[in-house]
Amino acid sequence: MITFDGVTKRFPDGTVGVDSLTMEIAAGEVVVLVGPSGCGKTTTMRMVNRMISPTGGTLTVNGRDVMSVDPAELRRGIGYVIQQIGLFPHRTIGENIATVPQLCGWDKARTKMRVAELVDLVGLSDGVVDRFPHQLSGGQRQRAGVARALAADPPIMLMDEPFGAVDPIVRIRLQDEFLRLQATVHKTIVFVTHDIDEAIRMGDRIAIMSQGGHLEQMDTPAQLLAEPANDFVVDFLGAERGLKRLALIPVSEVKADPGPVVSPADSAARAASVAESAGTDWVVVVDDGVLQGWVPVDGLTSAVGDLTPREFATTVDANNSLRAALDAMITSQTGVAVRISKGRRYEGILTPELLSEEII
Amino acid sequence: MLLAQSRPFPDWEWLSRSRNVDRVIDAFMQHIELTVLAVLIGFVIAAPMAIAAVRWRPLYKPLLAFTGVLFTIPSLALFVLLIAFLNTGLTRTTSLIGLVIYTLLILFRNTAVGLDGVDPEVREAAEAMGHTRRQQLLRVELPVALPVIIAGVRIATVTTIGLVTITALIGQGGLGQLFLLGFQRRNPTALLIGFVLSVLLAVVADLALVALERGLTPWSRARTVS
Repeated sequence: MITFDGVTKRFPDGTVGVDSLTMEIAAGEVVVLVGPSGCGKTTTMRMVNRMISPTGGTLTVNGRDVMSVDPAELRRGIGYVIQQIGLFPHRTIGENIATVPQLCGWDKARTKMRVAELVDLVGLSDGVVDRFPHQLSGGQRQRAGVARALAADPPIMLMDEPFGAVDPIVRIRLQDEFLRLQATVHKTIVFVTHDIDEAIRMGDRIAIMSQGGHLEQMDTPAQLLAEPANDFVVDFLGAERGLKRLALIPVSEVKADPGPVVSPADSAARAASVAESAGTDWVVVVDDGVLQGWVPVDGLTSAVGDLTPREFATTVDANNSLRAALDAMITSQTGVAVRISKGRRYEGILTPELLSEEII
Repeated sequence: MLLAQSRPFPDWEWLSRSRNVDRVIDAFMQHIELTVLAVLIGFVIAAPMAIAAVRWRPLYKPLLAFTGVLFTIPSLALFVLLIAFLNTGLTRTTSLIGLVIYTLLILFRNTAVGLDGVDPEVREAAEAMGHTRRQQLLRVELPVALPVIIAGVRIATVTTIGLVTITALIGQGGLGQLFLLGFQRRNPTALLIGFVLSVLLAVVADLALVALERGLTPWSRARTVS
């Protein structure tokens, strides 16, 4: 647990980097510090391992005041990942990863085992262990940096724009990997970024900061988007807040509408009446629970089976976000998103109205 | 003038006369000894200066200027000054002091530039991993700076090998003694041997240092290959 109690950083030249910041970061939580450049988010992060010393207030890490601990020892218990990674060029990847265990005096066998374990954990291939940093790609280097930070299994990790230097596709992949990793390692993480979308993706909670280290609002991403505290937060969250919220809500949160469902054996008249009561001019064809597609009712003459059902181009399942559901709606002629489960089993439809109800 | 002699050139028989071979070997060994000692002592003085200059910025320019001024003193004048003011006489100490002084600029500058060239993020990572200042210097900064430092040692070594010959004028000089002999006794063979051996020494020393650098910094070699 990390506790800021009125923490202030006044630099020697008189500028105030962080002004009386009070916040708590719980164990196992990912808190993203986000804000425009110069807002003091990096200063705030760097005070946690005393790369920058606070000039006022109290900052405790697991109950110990950082100012009362030997900085080198404090830092060995806190993982650190920065955008430029800072791998040691003269050491192999294996030696880089082993840095903190070595400083902590681990024996060789234990260090070697730990390195192998970490290489695997962050998704590097065994072959890179004996390579030098410059022989790796940007994404591999980033993984090595994360492995090095995790090496001595510190309970706390500080990450300063760790994915800022890789291209967008690799970044998304690294973010996903990071989330998967965090689900197994449960670190207390302070994550700094200027990218609100990354913050929303990564954070259990987000702290939005403004110039001088003022904490404007600190809350879960969903709560921030739903109830921004002030204009600064609204501005910073940016346009399309509704869409961003949809991206955070899984399809399973919304009760699907049963929809105008018929079976291939039903008559045209039955299809017409089902469609009418649902207010549509099409019906969903479901055979023994399995989704077949949809047919327009005015094309039917005798039975539903007359026409080959048209496929829904995009479907969603319980794990997709409502944003994906919205995408399915606007790319389908029917204007709805069909929810299915494993084996294309039909579970109902989502309509724009259902999404609006969820958001408003 | 030199060649206006009746003796053959090169006169290999000269070598076998009155223990001249031993003279050549002694001169060669002294040359190596003076060079190694001068560069070693120079490094022991220059490295802490460089480390201090990188840590306390304001020291850098004065130290650079100071070593730079020393470097510009004409060598003969320097030895005269040393004898006059230090009163160390025509000894090895005098010649070593002079030789060391000339290595300082190169060794100081290269060590400082090397340490200064360590990427700030590498420093930051080292600090954040929990290295103490001392560990950071010994385990990260000096090793990373090593290629530039060794480059300095190479220049200093080759320069010193040249300068050692000058100290023949104060009774030392290694192979420089063969030059003196060559001029004073009109012996072009001694001159030739001195010349060839000092060039050879410089080339071999340089190659040896290149090999040392490759052995110590495999990561740096890999960088230039890739």
